[in-house]
Amino acid sequence: MKKVSVSFTLNGDAVTAEVPVTWTLLKTLREHFELTGAKEGCGVGECGACTVIVDGEAVNSCLYPIFEIEGKSVTTIEGLANEDGTLNPIQQAFLENNGVQCGFCTSGMIMSAKGLLDHNPEPTEDEIRSSIAGNFCRCTGYVQIVEAIDMAAKTLK
Amino acid sequence: MSDHLFVGKSVPRTIEADKVTGRAIYIDDMKRPGMLYGKILYSKYAHAKIKSIDTSKAEKLPGVRAVLTGYDIPDARVGFLKDQTVLKKDVVRQFRDEVAAVAAISPEIAEEACRLIEVEYEQLPGVFDPFEAMKEGAPLVHEVDARGRPTKSNILPLPWKFNAGDIEQGRKDSAFTVKDTVSTTWVNQCCMGTSGCIAEFDQNNNLTLYNQTNVIFGHVGRISEYFAQIGLKGKKIRIVNAIVGGSFGTKLDTDIYEFISIQLALKTRKPVKILFTREEEFKALPPRQPAIFDIEQGCDKEGNLTFRKVEAVLDNGAYTSWGATTPSVMLMPMSSLYRVPNVFFQATCVYTNNIYCQAMRGYGNPQATFAVETSMDTLAEAAGIDPLEFRMINRNHPGDETPMRLKITSCGFEECINAVKEKLNWSEKKGTKKGRGVGMASLIHVAGGARVTRSDGHGIMVKVNEFGQVDVIESGTDQGQGSPTVITQIVAEALGVRPEDISLTFGDTALALWDAGTHASRHTFMAGNAAIMACEKAKRQILDMAVEHMPKIIKGGFKRKKRKDPDFVEPDLDYGLIADPEDLDIRDRMIFAKKNPDHPHFRIPVSQILREGLLGSGESKVVVAEEFYDPPTEMLDREFKGNLSQTYAFGTSGVEVEVDEKTGEVKIVNLVAAHDVGKAMNPTLLLGQIYGAAYTGVGYGLTEEIKVVNGRVMNPGFRDYQMLTAMDVVPVEPVVVEPGDEDGPYGAKGVGEPGLVPTAPAIANAVYDAIGVRIKDLPITPEKVLAALKERGDVC
Repeated sequence: MKKVSVSFTLNGDAVTAEVPVTWTLLKTLREHFELTGAKEGCGVGECGACTVIVDGEAVNSCLYPIFEIEGKSVTTIEGLANEDGTLNPIQQAFLENNGVQCGFCTSGMIMSAKGLLDHNPEPTEDEIRSSIAGNFCRCTGYVQIVEAIDMAAKTLK
Repeated sequence: MSDHLFVGKSVPRTIEADKVTGRAIYIDDMKRPGMLYGKILYSKYAHAKIKSIDTSKAEKLPGVRAVLTGYDIPDARVGFLKDQTVLKKDVVRQFRDEVAAVAAISPEIAEEACRLIEVEYEQLPGVFDPFEAMKEGAPLVHEVDARGRPTKSNILPLPWKFNAGDIEQGRKDSAFTVKDTVSTTWVNQCCMGTSGCIAEFDQNNNLTLYNQTNVIFGHVGRISEYFAQIGLKGKKIRIVNAIVGGSFGTKLDTDIYEFISIQLALKTRKPVKILFTREEEFKALPPRQPAIFDIEQGCDKEGNLTFRKVEAVLDNGAYTSWGATTPSVMLMPMSSLYRVPNVFFQATCVYTNNIYCQAMRGYGNPQATFAVETSMDTLAEAAGIDPLEFRMINRNHPGDETPMRLKITSCGFEECINAVKEKLNWSEKKGTKKGRGVGMASLIHVAGGARVTRSDGHGIMVKVNEFGQVDVIESGTDQGQGSPTVITQIVAEALGVRPEDISLTFGDTALALWDAGTHASRHTFMAGNAAIMACEKAKRQILDMAVEHMPKIIKGGFKRKKRKDPDFVEPDLDYGLIADPEDLDIRDRMIFAKKNPDHPHFRIPVSQILREGLLGSGESKVVVAEEFYDPPTEMLDREFKGNLSQTYAFGTSGVEVEVDEKTGEVKIVNLVAAHDVGKAMNPTLLLGQIYGAAYTGVGYGLTEEIKVVNGRVMNPGFRDYQMLTAMDVVPVEPVVVEPGDEDGPYGAKGVGEPGLVPTAPAIANAVYDAIGVRIKDLPITPEKVLAALKERGDVC
């Protein structure tokens, strides 16, 4: 299969990957870089479990063609914790406020929350809910996720 | 109770920090060396003869390692009624019938190979409605039964018939009677992680199945049966669970894809992974069992229920999984939700060429409770009694024995009804109409195990090392409910250590003792009780060590002090205080004398004693204890009676809705979810169970429906299947009622499923209060609301 070589920034590191041209960003992250935090919950951009940050915006990596990543900057859930291993306030808030149950949607939820809080440090509940409108969760009913993002916003302020 | 250090506290889910850093390994993320990828080819028709299968093109595709059809593997039968084979040959009976399977070096190649398999079918007439299927002359879904005997009808040979008291006497005692027909449809469990497993054989043909089941030993049992049929009798089977991306009932049965991965692994001698796509999750995974109920109830002039008579018909689909056993759970609300002296319940399961069904959160309880609570409302109206008051009159009481012989112990039912009354401002809001209304519904559910197999046991093992670190080998499964945190709290409390000292291992049949499964809302109750008992044993071992070593350690300390300071005078201590393990206890990592907890010398870190016990003078000892907790409950007898759980959960949902009579849309203004939980082990995690279950219940009530047309799933994706999103704001107000349960760990009862059960009927009853039309068929879509208003003549 025809391959493409792409160079981009991944969690702060300059990386290059040569992967099949048909691969998505999600597939490249999971298969080539073995970063399995982003999940495939549907593969068609409906559930948000694959959410990562590209150049500051939360995107569905399952829809993102790999050849479009050239020169861009990608942050995944694996790049969120601090270098000393301590958790980012969003991660901490999800643990403390029970924003996590089975955890399958969690990476995507947290990255969507990061996408929001990076742009909008004081979001309203409506804005929080909008930011995760494309992230499905079957366990929580979203209530404690919304509360966790609110808690993280207050910690980050 | 109030001096607990960890139980009853909102301990954060720190033990699950891997879930917020991307480190948690789900089945999706697992790879084994040399692993191949399996894909399944499904049927093109709902009912057809297979005339031929040509796999030659698929086999030639580079990267393909095996192609299997039903003609290549033994004809072994699997499933609850053994009514299907792993790969189908000769006849297909539903669209999800597995016709062939491929193993290849990539999922893409496996998928391409599936497309290259040529199957020639001859279509047969199908039957897609259970009532049609019961008629004489209807096409038979199965020509023969599991034993090869010709069948005469599509009705399953299942004995769901319950009788208690005397229905005719109940009728005679009635001043009012009502009769309703209500129905529920297929809904998908919607686990965010899709189904999947990896099958791997060693050189000796022993199997390791990497999995995500919540019944690890049930899996071993079913695969053992399969092995006996395919020439692998006696081979060992080990189930190892990955982190589970949601379960909600889907991981209860051993599904066909798991047997297929086993066959592909056998054929290729390589590990084979099958992972469902979301589309497969909708099309090829059994959903919640739909049911249609004819329910009749009566009450006397005072509003006391006199009888309840229910006949249910269940569309079983083409094969039989746990869906056909949901009547065993329906029996519980049918016979025991509210005091009702005379009960008749019968369920008929019917084969059709539709998808077949299995468990989903609440099992058959949400379906049955929708029927009972719809009827409770219509009967209250017929009797001219306020629906809340009517429920209060008929509520269950502590100490009751129900017609099914359930023994009600702790029961906060009255408090739950009162909470709804107060929080919803019921008296003021009821009956005001104008598009706004209130409704309520209640539930009973097992909350202290459920003896659905001969053993309802749960095993746990507790090991304590010389540093005071604790390994807990747990036989249950964490599906996201929070067990790692709650069990950690219980072990820390019972053993006297801290949560951060504890590591948990879940879901490995090679390590764990037996367990009946993490189902029936039983994990906290069963694992909690087992953990407390195991910790008592481990603690006793540590305290025996302490009796042996504490005096030596204390006296050794005095000797050292004296060497350093000749003037030091050894205090005259009463070593009798620490001479008996009964007089010692452990709390927050410290061993102390119970009679003098603040004694300046008789307090020693538990790790010091453990090190001394293993590596000090005297006999070397390790600390390890196990417990197998099997509660004193009964299996249901031939009449389906018996006290199958050690305690029961009660709860009431009250809903206020706003109905737009122009669009038919129902908006939930307030949802009060009052639950008797015995004791909240972790209040924050408990709320998570209530919120999540309530939301799924709202979906069940208003939006969710797998649309099946002539056997075909028409909406196999999140775009067309309407699961609630974060934009669907449902203001849930949980009320936690804590009567404490004498048999529960620290007073706790199960709570995993209850929140879902009464939600949909409460919404339906609120819609009736708001607009005066009663929707008896879930979900309550805008189309149905408008159609009902139109029928009444309100909308043209």
